Amino acid sequence: MQIKLQNFTKRFGDTTVIEDMSLSIASGEMIALLGPSGCGKSTTLFAISGIHRIDGGSLHFGDRDVTTLPPQDRPVGVVFQNYALYPHMSVAENIGFPLRVQKLKTAEIKRRVGEMAELVQIGNLLKRRPQQLSGGQQQRVALARALVRKPDVLLLDEPLANLDAKLRLEMRSEIRRLQRETGITAILVTHDQIEAMSMCDRIALMRDGRIEQISTPSEMYERPASHYVAGFLGNPPISFVQAEANGKLILGAGNALPMPQGISARGAITIGIRPEHFGPQHQGPSVSGRVSFIEPQGREDLIDVTLPDTQRLRAIVPAGHNFALGQDVSWQVDLSRTHLFNADGARL
Amino acid sequence: MNTSLKGNWLLVLAMSLMSAPLVIMYGFQLIDSISRPAPGGIIPQEWELTNWRFLWEPIDSARPSIWRVTFNTFVFASSTALLVCAFSITAAYALSRLNFPARRFFLAGLIMLHAFPTITLIIAIFIVLQFLGLYDSLMGVILVKAALELPFGIWIMKGFYDSVPWEIEMAGVQDGASRFRVWRELILPQVKPGLLALLIFSFLAGWSEFILPLVLAPGADAQVLATYMNAVIADDTRPDYGLFKAIGMFYALPVIAIYLLFQKRLMNIYGGGTKG
Ligand SMILES: Nc1ncnc2c1ncn2[C@@H]1O[C@H](COP(=O)(O)OP(=O)(O)OP(=O)(O)O)[C@@H](O)[C@H]1O
Ligand SMILES: [Mg+2]
Repeated sequence: MQIKLQNFTKRFGDTTVIEDMSLSIASGEMIALLGPSGCGKSTTLFAISGIHRIDGGSLHFGDRDVTTLPPQDRPVGVVFQNYALYPHMSVAENIGFPLRVQKLKTAEIKRRVGEMAELVQIGNLLKRRPQQLSGGQQQRVALARALVRKPDVLLLDEPLANLDAKLRLEMRSEIRRLQRETGITAILVTHDQIEAMSMCDRIALMRDGRIEQISTPSEMYERPASHYVAGFLGNPPISFVQAEANGKLILGAGNALPMPQGISARGAITIGIRPEHFGPQHQGPSVSGRVSFIEPQGREDLIDVTLPDTQRLRAIVPAGHNFALGQDVSWQVDLSRTHLFNADGARL
Repeated sequence: MNTSLKGNWLLVLAMSLMSAPLVIMYGFQLIDSISRPAPGGIIPQEWELTNWRFLWEPIDSARPSIWRVTFNTFVFASSTALLVCAFSITAAYALSRLNFPARRFFLAGLIMLHAFPTITLIIAIFIVLQFLGLYDSLMGVILVKAALELPFGIWIMKGFYDSVPWEIEMAGVQDGASRFRVWRELILPQVKPGLLALLIFSFLAGWSEFILPLVLAPGADAQVLATYMNAVIADDTRPDYGLFKAIGMFYALPVIAIYLLFQKRLMNIYGGGTKG
């Protein structure tokens, strides 16, 4: 089911949380709403689910205008951050509740609950209460309950935030598997870039109630549209250095990089260099500085190099090197993979 | 370990000392009701049940039987409790969850009424009841008592509703259920402990109410145990303290029984009802 949100505006009292936002999601696509806390991800999600009324704009599922439809009538399943299982009901009753509301026959409910439980692999837990389940199992119940009505759209609000690291990894692929198997259109709200990049077809990166960039994970990583996007994606994060563009990119005392091809800016600009594109193992123009920090990570080390004008660049260097704290180095920058931004933060 | 044990022991001792006067009073109430001390003394001389005679014979011809009065008290207390609960579970839900005009005003009013010295309203209530023709009837006192207990009940229940996560409600709505169904099937079961505690509390409040029946239903037909006792002690030229004590014991028994049975559940009201 294609989702089309047009010129969406949401206010709480006098504060406008989201203004004039448009978002279009293809049928069967899984998209991430990524952004820092308070940027309006949940608000957008709940507007699509029908829990929040839309103050301006329109929402279409396929050709159908659902802007004013109450949540009960929208073909939407939601998984909440804390799962919101009904504590006084067994797992089977939880999953069956949406069907019971639809007044299906008991036998039919039982069949579909069993089917759904198999799909999320909790067939043996149907008699338990939610309190008797682990976080991952509760998550699966919540997924089953959201999907049992066979909705056209699945909405997930930070579904992995309450899980420990190992379970998170497991549920990441599990949710993606379910989404692929059911072919459902899904929206995942998260503030974890790795979740967004690993689970979704496209990412909508949000900032202060606007979509800053929407594209595939690799496109967003490799061609961030702004300083903000570049800084949001990537772990360890990208390093930014200030430079003066004047035919060359002058990085303070002594260091300069040639202008990348096809760029003709002048004046103050910001260069973004990801740690994996800087280091002794690369080809390209070099930048010299002093090693100021080394963080071993096993397979590789993170090394900070402080330039003579106190700006820092971070590098990922394969383990087994001989660099030491305080050593003067001159390392290469993979110039074609650097990102240049103007003073307003827009990509050059 | 040792020190904590010692600390606890001291605490228990201190608390025993402090509650000793109460325990002794209750003890003597019981002993006195089934014995006769020497004149001017406190040591029981003879054991006898004459003080409890009110249970099987009318203590004098002008008074209704104790069973009639007990029944009245029970009707009064339980009707009050049911009314308070019925209104509290709905009103508190609205205050906790729905965004309606003047919600803040109602909340503020609730807190104020909760702390209001209701006895100052008694004249006004008297006039209203007289006007409605409910003066000197059990029904009238029930309505008044329930109304006066409501702010407390609503406030307590609102606390319980507030502690039920919003998401449960949103999940229910998203699962296709109406708001009413969500309330009845998903939210109400979560506040059941609070409801039970409130039911008991308002029953006990009704059971021990004295002033309202005294002023608003003074006739013999609507008499409850509290006013009955008052009449027993006030009427006689030579008050029968033994009889009075025995009736007092009889009156307190259900309260003690309820506390013993439900004390754990009653604690809920302090656990769940504290959030504003
Ligand atoms: N019911 C509400 N009333 C008033 N303001 C609200 C309400 N819900 C959200 N907001 C405000 O709207 C903004 C966006 O909230 P939202 O919950 O969408 O953020 P989010 O991106 O989901 O953040 P998080 O990652 O912390 O969940 C926040 O500034 C928040 O304070
Ligand atoms: Mg949120």
